[in-house]
Amino acid sequence: MADVTLSPGRRTPLALRYPSVMIFLACLALFTLGVTVLAEGFGIGVISTSFVKTLGKTLCLCLVALAMDLVWGYCGILSLGHMAFFGLGGYAIGMWLMYARTEIIVAESLANQPLPPTPEEISQGIATQIFGVVGSSEFPPIWAFAHSLPLQLAAVVLVPGLLALVFGWLAFRSRVTGVYLSILTQAMTLALSLYLFQNDSGLRGNNGLSGLQNLPGLDHVPQSTVSIWFLWASAFALGAGYVLCAWVVSGKFGSVIRAIRDDEARVRFLGYPVEVYKLFIFTLTAVIAGIAGALYYPQAGIINPAEIAPIASIYLAVWVAIGGRGRLYGAVIGAAFVSLLSTWFTGGQAPDVNLGFYTIEWVNWWTVLLGLSFVAVTLFAPKGIGGLVDLIVDRRSPDRHGADLGPDEGALREKEAER
Amino acid sequence: MNTLLEVSGVSVSFDGFRAINNLSFQIGPQELRAVIGPNGAGKTTFMDIVTGKTRPDEGRVTYGERSQSLLKMSESEIARAGVGRKFQRPTVFEDQSVADNLMMALKKDRGPFAVLAFRPSRADEARVEELAGEIGLAAALHRKAGELSHGQKQWLEIGMLLAQDPQLLLVDEPAAGMTVSEREHTTDILVEAAKTRAVVVVEHDMEFVRRLGCKVTVLHEGSVLAEGSIDHVTSDGKVIEVYLGR
Ligand SMILES: Nc1ncnc2c1ncn2[C@@H]1O[C@H](COP(=O)(O)OP(=O)(O)O)[C@@H](O)[C@H]1O
Ligand SMILES: [Mg+2]
Repeated sequence: MADVTLSPGRRTPLALRYPSVMIFLACLALFTLGVTVLAEGFGIGVISTSFVKTLGKTLCLCLVALAMDLVWGYCGILSLGHMAFFGLGGYAIGMWLMYARTEIIVAESLANQPLPPTPEEISQGIATQIFGVVGSSEFPPIWAFAHSLPLQLAAVVLVPGLLALVFGWLAFRSRVTGVYLSILTQAMTLALSLYLFQNDSGLRGNNGLSGLQNLPGLDHVPQSTVSIWFLWASAFALGAGYVLCAWVVSGKFGSVIRAIRDDEARVRFLGYPVEVYKLFIFTLTAVIAGIAGALYYPQAGIINPAEIAPIASIYLAVWVAIGGRGRLYGAVIGAAFVSLLSTWFTGGQAPDVNLGFYTIEWVNWWTVLLGLSFVAVTLFAPKGIGGLVDLIVDRRSPDRHGADLGPDEGALREKEAER
Repeated sequence: MNTLLEVSGVSVSFDGFRAINNLSFQIGPQELRAVIGPNGAGKTTFMDIVTGKTRPDEGRVTYGERSQSLLKMSESEIARAGVGRKFQRPTVFEDQSVADNLMMALKKDRGPFAVLAFRPSRADEARVEELAGEIGLAAALHRKAGELSHGQKQWLEIGMLLAQDPQLLLVDEPAAGMTVSEREHTTDILVEAAKTRAVVVVEHDMEFVRRLGCKVTVLHEGSVLAEGSIDHVTSDGKVIEVYLGR
C-alpha cells in the first residue's frame, strides 16, 4: 500500500504506479543470477544442489504468499485453505511426472521380451508399478489424463480454480465472512487431506506421489542442472506473479478490493457486486497457488496428503503476517525469511542451546519460537518486517486512537496503516 | 404527479418490536423532502429498507419509471439502479485518498473486468477535481480520507454520492458534527442536487430543515405522523406533543 497511495493517474505505467515492481524484479533477477553462478549446474559449485532446490522451493512459497496477501491483505478474506490449492497444483503435475517416467521404465523392462508388448500390457505395467503400494493394479478414473502433459498442466490451473470457484460461490453467496469463512476454508483443506489419505482416493493414499524430481526422458541430465532450470522457472513465475498482483491492486480494482476489506457493506451501496469481486480474487489466488505448487513439488520430489493439512495454510497466513500484509513485498519477505529460517532450524543446523538443566533442541522448539514471533509481531509490530521499509521511506501514521480503518474483521488495524 | 419512489404498507419488526409500522411514503422525481422524527422513530430503518439492507415483513417498495420492485434486488443492484445513500455515521474508505474515494464512486461500469481494465480519462479526473472543489476538499485530494475531520468526511461522503449521480439520494443526518457555515454549505449542495434528482434528507435539526425549504414528513413509531410544509407540521398538535414539545 505504500505504493498505491500515489494517485493512479492517466496511463501511468505500472512501474510508477507501483514502484516496488522494478525494485523487486531487479532483486529477483540478481538473486537468480547469483545462485546460478554459485551453483553446481552452470557455475562454480559453491552452493549445493540441494540448497539450490531449497531456494527454488522458497521462491514458490513466496509466490503462494503473494496470493495469500492478495486475498487476505488486500481483500480481507482470511482464507486458511490456500495451501490446499497449492497441493492440488502439485498433485496435478505430479501425476504426469510419475506416469510418464513409469511408462518409460515399464517400456524398457518389457522391451527385452520376445514379443513386443501391447499397449494394454504397458498400461497394466504402469498401473501395477504406481498403485502396487495401495494394493491395486488399475488406473483410477482421475488418472485418465495423466499421460498428457498439456492436459495435466491445464489441470494445474483448472482444478484449484474450479474448486475455489465452487467453494467461493457457495460461501460468498451466503455472505459467510470473518472467522466463519476462515473455519470453512480450514474444513475444506482438512476434508481434502483426509480424503487423499485414503488408499482408494486414487492418489496413492498416504504414500503420495514420489520421484517427482526425475523429469521423464531426461535421466541423463544431472539434478544439478535440473535444479537450476526449476530455479529459473520459479523465479520467472514469482516475477510474473508479482507484476500481475501489482497490476491488480494498483488501479481502481485495487481500490475496490481494499474498500471491501475495510467496509464491504459500504461498497455494496456504491453499487459494486462485492461477492463477485471476492469470488474473482479467491479464484485468481487459488490459481496462482496451484501454479506455485506445480513448481514446488518437482523440486521437493514428493507430495503426500500431509502437505495439505490445515496447519500448512495457517503457516501461510503467519508468513504473510510476519512479512506485513497489504504490501506485496511484505508477503514475499515474510515467506522467504520464515521458511528459510524454518529450514535452518528444523534441518538440525541450528546449534542446540544447553541450559545445564535442559537442552533446547531447535528441531522441536522452532515451532514454539515461530508461534511466539507471530504473537509478538501481531502485538508490537503489526506492519511486520515490511514495515521496516516505512522507516526509510518515512511515512506518518494516522492517529486514530486505536480504531481500525473500517468496521469489518479483515479491516486494516490502525497500526497496519500508513500514510 | 408521477412518483419516483413509492413505499406502501411496509412493516418491519425486530424481535417482536415494530420499528416500521404500515409506513407509506411517496416522492417525485425531482423533489426535496425532509424526514424528521424523534430518535428511534424508524428513519434509518426506512432507508435500510429502500436500499435493500433490511427486508420488510410486508408491504411494497417500487422505484423508477417502470415501477420495479426493490424488494427482490440486492443492495448493489439497487445502488446501480440509481439509489444513493449517505449513512448517519460518515463512512468513507479511510485507508484511501480522497481522489480514490471519489473515483470509486464515479458512475461507471461496476463489473470486475471493466474495473480491472479501467483507466481514468481526462474527463474523469476533471470530474473528480470538480467534485472535490464542490465539497471543499480540492486541497485534500491526495490525502487519505482517514486524516480528514469529521465534517470533511461527511462532505466526502456527500461528494461520493454526487459522483454516483443517483436518481434518488437518501441522506441520513448530514449535518451532524458540522459547524454552522458547513451546515449552510451542505444545505446549498442538497438544494442544488434536488434540482436534477429526488433527495430525501433525514435531519434532527429544525433550523437545518427550515433552510431546506421543502415538504416535511414527520415519522413517529414507524409510521407517518404528519406531512406538509415546515410551518404546517410544526403547528400540528400531535407533532408538538411527540417531538417538539419534549
Ligand atoms: N437491526 C436492528 N435490530 C434490532 N432493532 C433495530 C434494528 N435496527 C433498528 N432497530 C430498532 O428500530 C427502531 C428504529 O431505529 P432507527 O430506524 O435507527 O431510528 P432513527 O429514526 O433514530 O434513525 C429503534 O428502536 C431501533 O432500536
Ligand atoms: Mg437514525
